[in-house]
Amino acid sequence: MKNFFILLSVFLFIFNKAHSLIEVDITRGNLDPLPIAVSPLHVDVKSEKYENIKIKNLGEDISKIIEKNFKGTGLFNPLKKEAFVQKPDIAHLKPRFEDWRLIKAQALVTGKILIKDGKLKVEFRLWDLTAAKEMTALAFTTTPTNWRRVAHIISDKIYERLTGENGYFDTRIIYVSEKGPKNQRVKKLAIMDQDGANTKYLTLGNELVLTPRFNPTNQMVTYLSYFRNMPRVYLLDIETGTQEVVGNFPGMTFAPRFSPDGKKIIMSFAEDGNSDIYTMDLETRVVERITNHSSIDTSPSFSPDGKFICFNSDRSGLQQIYVMRSDGSNVKRITFGKGIYGTPVWSPRGDLIAFTKVRKGRFYIGVMRVDGTGERLLTENFYQEAPSWSPNGRVLVFYRETKSGSKGEGFSAKLWSIDITGYNERRLNTETDASDPSWSSLLSK
Amino acid sequence: MTKSLIYSIFFHVIMIGLTILSLPFMVRQPVDLPPIVSVELIQISDKTNIPFAPKARKIIEDTKKKEERVVSEQAPPAAKAKEKPDRIPLPNEKKEKKQIVKKKQNPEEIKPEIRQSSEFEKKEIIDTNQIAALIDKAKEQEFVKQKKNKELTQSSVKNSFASGLTLSEEDALRAQIFGCWSIPLGLPYDKDLLVRIKLQLKKDGTILKSEILDHQRMNKPGQKFYKVLAESALRAVRLCQPLKVPPTGYDKWKDMQLNFNPTEMLKG
Repeated sequence: MKNFFILLSVFLFIFNKAHSLIEVDITRGNLDPLPIAVSPLHVDVKSEKYENIKIKNLGEDISKIIEKNFKGTGLFNPLKKEAFVQKPDIAHLKPRFEDWRLIKAQALVTGKILIKDGKLKVEFRLWDLTAAKEMTALAFTTTPTNWRRVAHIISDKIYERLTGENGYFDTRIIYVSEKGPKNQRVKKLAIMDQDGANTKYLTLGNELVLTPRFNPTNQMVTYLSYFRNMPRVYLLDIETGTQEVVGNFPGMTFAPRFSPDGKKIIMSFAEDGNSDIYTMDLETRVVERITNHSSIDTSPSFSPDGKFICFNSDRSGLQQIYVMRSDGSNVKRITFGKGIYGTPVWSPRGDLIAFTKVRKGRFYIGVMRVDGTGERLLTENFYQEAPSWSPNGRVLVFYRETKSGSKGEGFSAKLWSIDITGYNERRLNTETDASDPSWSSLLSK
Repeated sequence: MTKSLIYSIFFHVIMIGLTILSLPFMVRQPVDLPPIVSVELIQISDKTNIPFAPKARKIIEDTKKKEERVVSEQAPPAAKAKEKPDRIPLPNEKKEKKQIVKKKQNPEEIKPEIRQSSEFEKKEIIDTNQIAALIDKAKEQEFVKQKKNKELTQSSVKNSFASGLTLSEEDALRAQIFGCWSIPLGLPYDKDLLVRIKLQLKKDGTILKSEILDHQRMNKPGQKFYKVLAESALRAVRLCQPLKVPPTGYDKWKDMQLNFNPTEMLKG
């Protein structure tokens, strides 16, 4: 019986202990970028020559693009290659995790490339160095001239694996390229990779082009161009180069933009001198009026589910942002702050609306929740506007102009990007001055 | 036949024995609790001064003296109860009990006593039986309350101080992990993304075993963000090794649960 007594007390003791497990809440961490090592991709010795591609450097070049992409996000800190201890070929087979941990890396990218029979084969692996295990591994085959895209696709895959959201590296940005003195600007439509490479001009520059916008579902672009002083809305297929006129619209026409399914265009134009919002079905070419108000309604943008539209209007006196259902009902004003609000753009993630705000002669790019709360101004400058979302809704691209002298000297317009935390503002390199950017969806889905 | 009868009797006897034995075993525990008594009686004297001072100073002074005696008489059994080895007092239990006793007993117990002092003779003031009865009564109520409280507090108030780490030890540990945890910034702030990791630690603070408590959720479709967060939390724990644990009390902290919740950071 004594034994039983002891057993019982032991049992109770254990039972008590199980309940008293120490719990510690961790509610804070550091916001430092994740240290990542991108080892140069190992070039297989069996690789053959291909046109003018320098195979020897290709592995290094791809890793450099990946590093540059990561650095631009502000979420990763690519470590310097001088500190790397293991050769790329061995690292790709089985990294010595201790060695990589020594240089404080938490993730490692390794890879291998091979050019054979006119095809480029690239494989890569992402390693979790603290857990000492492989996180993801993929291989691609493509034509060797596509090597830059391969680098972007690898970046996207790694970004997705490490952050949980889609990447935005294998994308392009279309913009209006500007050249010449301020009063005689030649404006062309231009497109480039999101990192500034591969610039191509799509129009000759003899007509004024404005507000190019990507279709969120494919590589079509809609833009506005003036033909004999009449605004025309064009559709341009980037892949094939074919172009068509959607329609001539009267008076001032503004900012055509695609609906989320890519089947409609939404825009504003002025009939009888009063600007309202209209949609046009691209198949049937039927134009439908959405707003009918004596004030000026412009800059419409669909929510990603297509159920709502945000736009700006001066119906309250000053230009403010409004949200309504896609049929034009239930109009609600969402901005009440001091200043003028314009160019609202709904995030592809659906959680935020980006806008331009003008207050006391200064221009701000900001974001707020879709009900107008939580306004955050990300950047302030002399003149900047036209934010456009990256396809994952994390980064905004916009353009910024500098102050010019009385004769237009010192004037420049450049593209800038900033992420929605407001950190990590950077200028995108363009060959000429640039304005009105629009970010494409991912090229490879 | 006889064998089975013997078995039956044997087991029955065991069962009866168990019930007889276990009942007092369970009951004695709460009865043995009161280190409280002394505390509570000291408070009586403080309070009684206020309402009855003008009426019966002398009586109260006398009661004070006698109360002191009472304290000394009642205290020893309480002290003994404290030392009993089979009952391992959890710090949080003690704390809670004390608080509850104070609230409960003061109004109920003090007033009748004081009324006695003003209405009856001095000798009757210290009716120890009555006090004991009241205490017992209060204890029963407390015990029920404590049981409820235990269930509540141990799940909702995750105070590791209560279960083994002091506040400064807990702070040191927390600060260490804050430094190691790189929060993935792309996460949405409005989703429930609590990651709970259970750790088994060695004496030097290195990790013997780590386990994500909802690890099934990691591989479910649409839980990408959770997976990323869980991985970042695991990375943080591994990076932080050895954890800053107290040099003593290994049994208390060798199993530990860390709850990673980035909501506050992501909102900010």
